[in-house]
Amino acid sequence: MAKIRGAIVVDNVTCKGCSLCVASCPTDVIRLADEVNAKGYNYAYMHQPEACIGCANCAMVCPDSCITVYKVKLAETV
Amino acid sequence: MSIDIKDIIKPENLVYQKSSLLTDRVMHYCPGCTHGVVNRVIAEVIEELGIQEDTIGVAPVGCSVLMYNYIEVDWHEAAHGRAPAVGTGIKRLMPNKYVFTYQGDGDLAAIGTAETIHACNRGENMVMVFINNGIYGMTGGQMAPTTLQGMKASTCPFGRDIERDGNPLRMTEIVATLPGTCYVTRHAAHTAAAVRKLKKALLKAFDNQKNNKGTSFIEVVSTCNSGWKMTPVQSNKWMEAHMFPFYPLGDIKDV
Repeated sequence: MAKIRGAIVVDNVTCKGCSLCVASCPTDVIRLADEVNAKGYNYAYMHQPEACIGCANCAMVCPDSCITVYKVKLAETV
Repeated sequence: MSIDIKDIIKPENLVYQKSSLLTDRVMHYCPGCTHGVVNRVIAEVIEELGIQEDTIGVAPVGCSVLMYNYIEVDWHEAAHGRAPAVGTGIKRLMPNKYVFTYQGDGDLAAIGTAETIHACNRGENMVMVFINNGIYGMTGGQMAPTTLQGMKASTCPFGRDIERDGNPLRMTEIVATLPGTCYVTRHAAHTAAAVRKLKKALLKAFDNQKNNKGTSFIEVVSTCNSGWKMTPVQSNKWMEAHMFPFYPLGDIKDV
């Protein structure tokens, strides 16, 4: 069975740290950073990148369109 | 088996990116506002249908008044509540264009009730998007016609009292009874599944306009976390628990 790996890129300049993406993530990949961006918001970042499955749920609920999603299918090497 | 993040982030692996119709301007909405999601979905739908050159939006008065800054289509700003009237004029002069209006509940259900009902009754061939968060968000969270019974707002700090303030208004159900509407539906944008459903509904609404079927009316039950004094995640939960029983999601009319 092919394994799916995903990755997100958060535009941390426009992210307002609403944490809707954190709540929408089925694999608990995203968290809010301790650091703040220029506007003073704790932006979202990938806390557990290896768990991301590229489902794009976070991008779907992001009100500021600051998430880009990538996904690859890896062939099983057993 | 392991793969580096840099190998995943490549153009050929792209699943989802910001619509090209959205401008680079940072939206002025509060963090977690549903307006941002709905604005993005409208941009995606217009991009998907390839009708950017033929679309004219009518911007409302309210939090979304600056919406014309965010989506790269032609826009017209309407006076408070008059978006359906302005949309009527545009559509009648240019019947080949796609016209949509976008209004909040203070705009569509309060000051603009007459324009809304008459435009729907005449069956003006356009798409109307109605954002319902049960509050006047921009002006400081005052009670709206759509405020639920017992819901707190800055002008009813002890909750809406039906005896004193009257009943909350279900605008979408009213509009569904009118003969001019062809598609009346209620959606939300709080989860990824709900956003996908909303997108399908908008695609259908623009398709109805292409086929001259009449008015398509889409209500989006929304949150106003600043006005409700909650976090975005809390307000989504509150919306599910309190708004959805009174404003049930789903198609109300589909001709």
